[in-house]
Amino acid sequence: MATLSERILGAPAGDYIDRRVDRAFVHDGTGVLTLETWKALGGSDLACPECLSVFFDHIAPANNSTTADLQDELREFAAESGLHFSDIGGGICHQLMGEGGVLPGEIIVGADSHTCTLGAFGAFATGVGATDMAAIWASGSTWFRVPETIGIRLSGRLCGYAEAKDLALTCVALLGMDGAAYQAIEFIGDGAFHLTMDSRLTISNLAVETGAKTGLFYADPVTCQYLESFGHLVSPQKPSECCYRKEYSVNVGEIVPVIAVPPRVDSVRPVSDLAGLPLDQVFVGTCTNGRYEDLSRLARIIRGKKVAIRTIVAPASRNVLENAAKTGILQDIIAAGCTVLPPGCGPCLGAHMGVIGEEEVCLSTSNRNFRNRMGVGGEIYLCSVSTAAASALAGEIREAGGEA
Amino acid sequence: MRIEGQAVCLPADIDTDLIIAGRYLRTKDRSIWAARVFEDLDPGLAGRLKGSVIVAGKNFGCGSSREQAAVALKEAGVAGIIAPSFARIFFRNAINVGLPLAEADLPCIEGERVIIDLSAGRVCSESTERSTAPLSTRMLEIISAGGLVEFWRKRS
Repeated sequence: MATLSERILGAPAGDYIDRRVDRAFVHDGTGVLTLETWKALGGSDLACPECLSVFFDHIAPANNSTTADLQDELREFAAESGLHFSDIGGGICHQLMGEGGVLPGEIIVGADSHTCTLGAFGAFATGVGATDMAAIWASGSTWFRVPETIGIRLSGRLCGYAEAKDLALTCVALLGMDGAAYQAIEFIGDGAFHLTMDSRLTISNLAVETGAKTGLFYADPVTCQYLESFGHLVSPQKPSECCYRKEYSVNVGEIVPVIAVPPRVDSVRPVSDLAGLPLDQVFVGTCTNGRYEDLSRLARIIRGKKVAIRTIVAPASRNVLENAAKTGILQDIIAAGCTVLPPGCGPCLGAHMGVIGEEEVCLSTSNRNFRNRMGVGGEIYLCSVSTAAASALAGEIREAGGEA
Repeated sequence: MRIEGQAVCLPADIDTDLIIAGRYLRTKDRSIWAARVFEDLDPGLAGRLKGSVIVAGKNFGCGSSREQAAVALKEAGVAGIIAPSFARIFFRNAINVGLPLAEADLPCIEGERVIIDLSAGRVCSESTERSTAPLSTRMLEIISAGGLVEFWRKRS
């Protein structure tokens, strides 16, 4: 018996192995340094251009001529070398990879820490830096230390306004910011199988905030049905649910809406503890919470009302944006006074759009509330979409469910 | 491989946003990263890093995968980093850019002389000695070469 990571990597925990990577990707934030390093490595042939993708999502569209020039270099390289390329407006790398680009059992490496998001498909998906990625461009493979695994057994179903983000933040608090360092997490139990694909992606996404290499769900009928909508016929993975270094149990039915208080993602408190805290900005989006399910939740709460403070909404991909337009929820979001950004993730890291000022407070559905991340002297509180929506209407932190 | 420097003490969970802020990533100019390293933690710290060994708490380098964080520290003159644990992407990045690191829980006194002996697998200050988690031969070779790029060049 073996953990899912051991099965995919084909070796026991603790082993150092070299493995061919099924798919690898960079974005505009990490691609420039990857390209520079790849050239320094000799930069002749790419081992597998069809396995490589470049996504423009971090500063998309470009904010100034320096960024534009750097992006242009990467854009031209992608075109010349036959890499899959998604230009501005396409969306966030993890979301786009997740729209049919990742299959159960694959090894996925991205030059971004939130690559663990794609573990939601039962793939071994992990982040690396630019030099590791440059070596993957050149050789098609990389080294791994096969991780030990922490099991998180989920039971029951989310209820009320609690959502996957609340569950994910609760798990981060349970493990701590380095509780899964050098390890993988597997989400198992009947509670895992009740979750939608969008919800699983949110939960896997936050695995890295505990230091984890990846956060895995076993592929089940929900996964198979989701991938079928993108033209892939895959089989479920049989859970072995064994060999965990440590196992935690979480009753999903008991999860309540929570907030991560700056500057730590594991500093988690019930929303009710912070109710009334004045806000300057609300941000809904990112690789954590910018999917259709999220926008739909937002629309449901703010429909027919007006937000009280500036509220920024960034769909995770063009596909999400198109769906939102088709079903009418985009109109609800715009009519409520939200500012809709092009698909991308710029505000999350304070790189582009939605930067906050000195002493400003932003309530965000993103994944990091580190000091100064969205702007020098500003503070970031992390929450679910429902909490963000209710708070946007109130202009202060408020639990969903009490809106007039 | 032996590295020596003056200790700069830092707390646990130093994230890569604190090492180099997102607003400085859109450039290829490494001197900007070196000048701005730790700006949001202590604006004066960048100037004190030359020849230093950072002795930090656990989970050093957590957060974003930005390799500019490891590059910034190296360019600012950091000789090595000692911490009980590192975030795994930062750990790989540091090795890949030839920045020595050692996993050990060494009590830190600001300015004290500290030594990292990677070959022997130990670190010490004037008062304390600790053994470190061993690095693989390949990792040691990459660090000795000055990074993965130099390591590949030497091999080819």
